[in-house]
Amino acid sequence: MNIASLNPIILSLVTFIPAIGGILLLLIPRRDRDIKVFAFVISLLAFVVSLHLPVHMHRDATTFKFEIDKVWITTPNIHYHMGIDGISVWLVVLTTFLTPLCVLISWNSIHERVKEFFILLLLLETALIGVFTSLDLFLFYFFWEATLIPMALLIGMYGHGRKVYAAVKYFLFTMIGSMFMLAAILWLYAKTGSFDFVVIQSAIRGGSIPGFASAAQWLFLGFFVAFAVKVPLFPLHTWLPDAHVEAPTAGSVLLAGVLLKMGTYGLLRFNVSLFPEQARRNAPWIMVLALIGIIYGALVALVQPNMKKLIAYSSVSHLGFVVLGIFSFTTAGLNGAVFVMLAHGVATGGLFMLAGILYERRHTYEISEFGGLATPMPKYATFFLVTVLASVGLPLMNGFIGEFLVLSGAFQARPIYGILAATGVIWSAGYLLWLYQRVFFGKVTHAVNNSLPDLNLREKVALVPIAVAALVMGVAPLVWLAAIDPAVQAAAKVVGQ
Amino acid sequence: MNLSAMIHLLPAQLAATGFQAPPIEDYLRILPELVLSIFGMIVMVVDPLLDEDRHHKPLGAVALIGALAALGSTLAMAHHPGTAFSGMVRVDGFAVFFHVLVIAITAVVILSSYEYMAVQRIRAGEYYGLILFCTVGMCLMSSAVELVLIFIALEISSISTYVLAGFRRKDAASSESSLKYFLLGSFATAFFLYGVALMFGATGSTNITTIRESLSAGRHDLLPYVAVALMFIGLGFKVASAPFHVWTPDVYEGAPAPIVGLMSTGPKAAAFAVLLRVLIETKAPGWFWLIWISAALSMTLGNLGALVQNNVKRLLAYSSIAHAGYLLAAFAANRDFGTSPAMFYTAAYAAMNVGAFAVVSHFANAGEKYVTLEDYAGLGRRSPVLAATFTFFLMSLIGIPITGGFFAKFYVLNATLKSGLVGLALILVLNSAVGAYYYLRIIVMMYMREPRADVPVTAVPPAAALAIAICVIATLYLGVFPGRVLNFTTQSANQFVEGVVTPVTSMPAQ
Repeated sequence: MNIASLNPIILSLVTFIPAIGGILLLLIPRRDRDIKVFAFVISLLAFVVSLHLPVHMHRDATTFKFEIDKVWITTPNIHYHMGIDGISVWLVVLTTFLTPLCVLISWNSIHERVKEFFILLLLLETALIGVFTSLDLFLFYFFWEATLIPMALLIGMYGHGRKVYAAVKYFLFTMIGSMFMLAAILWLYAKTGSFDFVVIQSAIRGGSIPGFASAAQWLFLGFFVAFAVKVPLFPLHTWLPDAHVEAPTAGSVLLAGVLLKMGTYGLLRFNVSLFPEQARRNAPWIMVLALIGIIYGALVALVQPNMKKLIAYSSVSHLGFVVLGIFSFTTAGLNGAVFVMLAHGVATGGLFMLAGILYERRHTYEISEFGGLATPMPKYATFFLVTVLASVGLPLMNGFIGEFLVLSGAFQARPIYGILAATGVIWSAGYLLWLYQRVFFGKVTHAVNNSLPDLNLREKVALVPIAVAALVMGVAPLVWLAAIDPAVQAAAKVVGQ
Repeated sequence: MNLSAMIHLLPAQLAATGFQAPPIEDYLRILPELVLSIFGMIVMVVDPLLDEDRHHKPLGAVALIGALAALGSTLAMAHHPGTAFSGMVRVDGFAVFFHVLVIAITAVVILSSYEYMAVQRIRAGEYYGLILFCTVGMCLMSSAVELVLIFIALEISSISTYVLAGFRRKDAASSESSLKYFLLGSFATAFFLYGVALMFGATGSTNITTIRESLSAGRHDLLPYVAVALMFIGLGFKVASAPFHVWTPDVYEGAPAPIVGLMSTGPKAAAFAVLLRVLIETKAPGWFWLIWISAALSMTLGNLGALVQNNVKRLLAYSSIAHAGYLLAAFAANRDFGTSPAMFYTAAYAAMNVGAFAVVSHFANAGEKYVTLEDYAGLGRRSPVLAATFTFFLMSLIGIPITGGFFAKFYVLNATLKSGLVGLALILVLNSAVGAYYYLRIIVMMYMREPRADVPVTAVPPAAALAIAICVIATLYLGVFPGRVLNFTTQSANQFVEGVVTPVTSMPAQ
């Protein structure tokens, strides 16, 4: 088959392979091993197919690629319109990259209702990919909401501790936030008669929407609230630590790795691209919130006694960089923001996987329960170190490139922002390296830890891709940036002062 | 003159007074009602012939055949649009839509009662008979265009439901439910009748079309305003909208669960149809703020009330008040946009709520013992399929995509925004968020709590399973391909707003 003939259907394939796999999983008898193998094969297939996207994507122009546009419902005018650009293509690949690893990491930690777990995981993957590929606002909202239930159930059914509280809190925060987005989407539809992103964008640019000038600020805020909850931007971040701490490992990985990026992706795709003027006008206070997030998240992370909570707060801090980069409206800042999204997905996803591996062995996340683990678990300690350094932003690791670009962008926008944000980098080195020191260095403080087994083959297979990605992205960032840059240039041109 | 001679003379005498027998098409236009009545009577006749311990299933089968035959006969009705019986009945797309909807609801409710009756040891003869008669009333409500006939249809359906609410005779709550419903209901219908009388006084007619002409011709004095308000009170009671909603939780709690599934959807849909006829089609004055306030109140009071409920039936009762509010929000919208979403909403709500109550009916077990939230703990582990379907209905009630509830709410929101009712839209959005919480409580209970050993979970019997499956498919269909049904409702709503009758081209796929 000619590979180019795949182009019109490739996005539908990538999006729906996991869901179809999830439905097929319903038919497989409840033998846990078969279910896990099947889920792994499906998620791996989705990853392989999704690699078609970056490989065959034209990077020159700024229009959407691999578009498919079919009428879904005639009244209201809803289209099945999908397409990707240099920003979303990597987020799709990030999703398909992390999911097989999530399947591997959950191999032994899920003991009951195994079938339901993997069905939910695969449905979640489809919804996440759909968010990044939709170009119809309705379709986008559809997938956006569809991520809600599987994630809430994953937390509530397979989490630990106060899992129900965490699941309900997560659900309500996101649900209420997205209601405002729905209202804004409907307003746009009522005035333009279309949900199509491209149509609405050109209508706004053409100034042909009656009453737009007076409503624009409210529309901007409607979208903003939904995305700010997801990012999460200070002070809407309070659901995140609860959700992360109680979620099962795979849930945390996808939550930090991909779900949070839905928020920043939305800010970039909708808030900045649809409402450039409002974005400029609101940028000062949004950047201040992002800065507060960076510093506050880092400070709170510094004092966490719980490993998972520490990583969760570090996410608040890192995602602050992304928002800062986006609202600096400079090419460097925007490029950096997208790159941090990817780097954070890999590094923090990896950290959550590592924390989960430790939890499987000791059933606790308390940092004080560990110490000197480098002696009994040398391989584990190595992988942990690589991931920590990636997250800290050591040069030649993926964290460095993104944060550096964001900082230079923020510095161009306003030097004081760049200076303040730079302290966040220092803090993050502080809390992560201190975490590493307390867990791995020195003598073994608890006798039980002496007999902890090191990584087994399955865990190594799950962690190697993370470490390799963290390194390759740091050494050869241009592979990624070459696709990101044209898309970001287009956005910067619209919003640039 | 002896009797037989009198009978022979009758046609001639009638002809002398100018009477003409209605043409055969007129009977086709009420064919579903005729079929339902005949089957209702068959049920009553067959009932005494059967052994009381084993009569549930044969009677259920007869009732089901009756409902399906009536569903088929809507086809004959749809092919003969126009007025019948001196302009008392009108068959248009609107009437066909509601006929199909209520009869489909009835069929599913009969299915979900099929095994329930034997489990609860309820006498089935009157039960199925009344359900069919109730459906006759509901059908007639949607096609009647004469206020007096509307009133009679309303009474036929109401009186049947009053009795049906009390069918769990051994339970005091059920008797309370029936009595309360009866007393308050009759009071409310009196208001409606009074409104009809005043409307007659104001316009000199009880025919919808004549009223419409009369109201749009002359200037309005106080009388039609009062008439509209009084009729709204009567109908507001039937649809359980605030502030006429107080009866709902008590009645729903006591009534048999499948009947609650019927009551909360069928008569409600029919009453909404009447509301559309007497408010929108007559172009009656002064209803905007009535509806606006009632919609806002229903949403808010319904959702707040549901937050603190521990009985699932009561919770769903408050939720039905809230949903009546969402529906009324569509009424408040501009008539050109609002009618079609309102019709769609009744269909989507019927699919998800009948389904939810079918699950509740099965789970409640003998004597409806297990209806509290705690009883549902761990259902996800003990009966994954039942819990999954219930979750699906609850998701639809919340308004999550790929369910009919989502599009229903979406169209209503769209209509209110298009009409510039930003305040009402905002209230709707906030209420949906509040609503998500209490539906979620049930889902949380089912999936995230340890199962309780003392609550028996029996396998779902075939008829109930079929009923639930139909509701799942309908909810899913409306959530993924709402286009066909929406096109039909839009088409018939346009005719309806214009007041013209044209042939119906496509059938709704309910």
